[in-house]
Amino acid sequence: MTSCSVPVLTSKEVVEAKSVLPADWRADLTQPASLDLQPAVLELLRRTTSRLPQDIIDALVAGRNAEEAGSRGANTLDTMIENVVLADDHGAPLCQDTGTVIFWVRHPLGISQRRVKAQIRAAVAEATKRSWLRPNCVAAMSGKNPGNNLDPFFETHPVIHFEEWEHPTVEVQVMLKGGGCENVGAQYRLPDAALGAGRDLKGVRKCIIDAVVKAQGQGCSPGILGVCIGGDRVVGYERSKELLLRKLNTENPNPEWATFEQALLTDLNSLGIGPMGYGGKTTLLGLFVEELWRHPASFYVSISYMCWSSRRMVLRVEANGTAVFE
Amino acid sequence: MIRLTTPITETAIRALKVGDEVLLSGKVILSRDTGHKFMVEQKPDWLRPILEDAVIYHCGPVVAKNPDGTWRFVSSGPTTSIREEPYQADVLETYRVRGVIGKGGMGKKTSGGLQKVGACYFHTTGGAGALLAERVKRVIDVKMLEEFGSPEAFWIIEVEDFPLVVTMDSHGGSLHEEVLATSQAQAKALMG
Repeated sequence: MTSCSVPVLTSKEVVEAKSVLPADWRADLTQPASLDLQPAVLELLRRTTSRLPQDIIDALVAGRNAEEAGSRGANTLDTMIENVVLADDHGAPLCQDTGTVIFWVRHPLGISQRRVKAQIRAAVAEATKRSWLRPNCVAAMSGKNPGNNLDPFFETHPVIHFEEWEHPTVEVQVMLKGGGCENVGAQYRLPDAALGAGRDLKGVRKCIIDAVVKAQGQGCSPGILGVCIGGDRVVGYERSKELLLRKLNTENPNPEWATFEQALLTDLNSLGIGPMGYGGKTTLLGLFVEELWRHPASFYVSISYMCWSSRRMVLRVEANGTAVFE
Repeated sequence: MIRLTTPITETAIRALKVGDEVLLSGKVILSRDTGHKFMVEQKPDWLRPILEDAVIYHCGPVVAKNPDGTWRFVSSGPTTSIREEPYQADVLETYRVRGVIGKGGMGKKTSGGLQKVGACYFHTTGGAGALLAERVKRVIDVKMLEEFGSPEAFWIIEVEDFPLVVTMDSHGGSLHEEVLATSQAQAKALMG
């Protein structure tokens, strides 16, 4: 095999035929008290766990074709692409680590966050029961697993971020973030004497290179980086993770950062880590950078690493009540 | 492509070198964080006949129960192995395991254990959960399911043609060390 073409996933009709959401499902956004998002969120989870976004698939194929034919890097990317096709066909989780389940909900005035939270939690527990999600939520100290993906102490898992917005639609965005890639995330505090990194662009660049070298293949490369400069420790990490929701090849709105991202991505792919750390040219599929405010005393560079199996999807409930998945 | 079937002899494992591609068939035991700490701290004897000359797989699967009460694997790729670095060499020695399957590679302590016992570290593709579940023929048994929970339990499975690459052998070779050294040198050049 000298080159690999973009695989064809199951058609929209097949995906819809397997849907757990009735075709005639409609939400009445004019009656927020009766809004029930649970079945739509359940369908969102079913699709997210088994179907990789097209931009990620395209990038894997491009990476595969950049590797030398017959190399371990090329073979590994072939296996990844084969897995994408199989998972979609079987409706099976792409990866057994269905991750920390993180939601971003954007809604108009009048929607009850308390109700939506309960509906999302019920959908997550149901998806776990159906083996679409692995029960990944254990008590920190005892390791005891309640088996339903719900935080046994408080209500911090699934993670849900709410924001009210001016649009008449509701958006529920989900990310399944595996533990392996979460573990290789890093937060630097500049200046960093060991790295010789100061509070400037050169220093930021050193942090990013250092994090990628330390990660090697352990975050399941080729990965995607979200880098947030500034914020406090919490906001920095939170935004760096949110950046991973962007589609690959989305141009950074700031032209200077766009240039920085492009140049650094090329440099990082020269490190030779390659797919799964076996060596090769494809170490990262994408890199997003964002700058925020900071306290004068603090200068954080927060880096979130997403594995190649970047499972993210949006459920949009239109003003007319129909559900769109994209 | 080399075909291996469990139980694996020491001679067969010592013949393997970094870079060899292997198709493994036979008995594999899943164990990860909780299991490794447990094996080192408690050294239970009931695990000896299960693990001897077999292979450990760092994996927490997505499982489903069949209507007849048996289990099946739905998605089952490798988890990051380096977290077991404090325990792995001890586990290899205690239970005479012939191989460890995982992703990301392991460190010097494990390499020492592989050399001493006669065992290999096999790498498989992270994230390929759906594909690797297809190579699981059946679930033979599961131990400590209640105590550890499903992702951490000792699942005992039979695999067929499980696709692996030897990335650490019983002679001290490690592909991971090579890639690390190359990438560190390039990083130094990039940082100027």
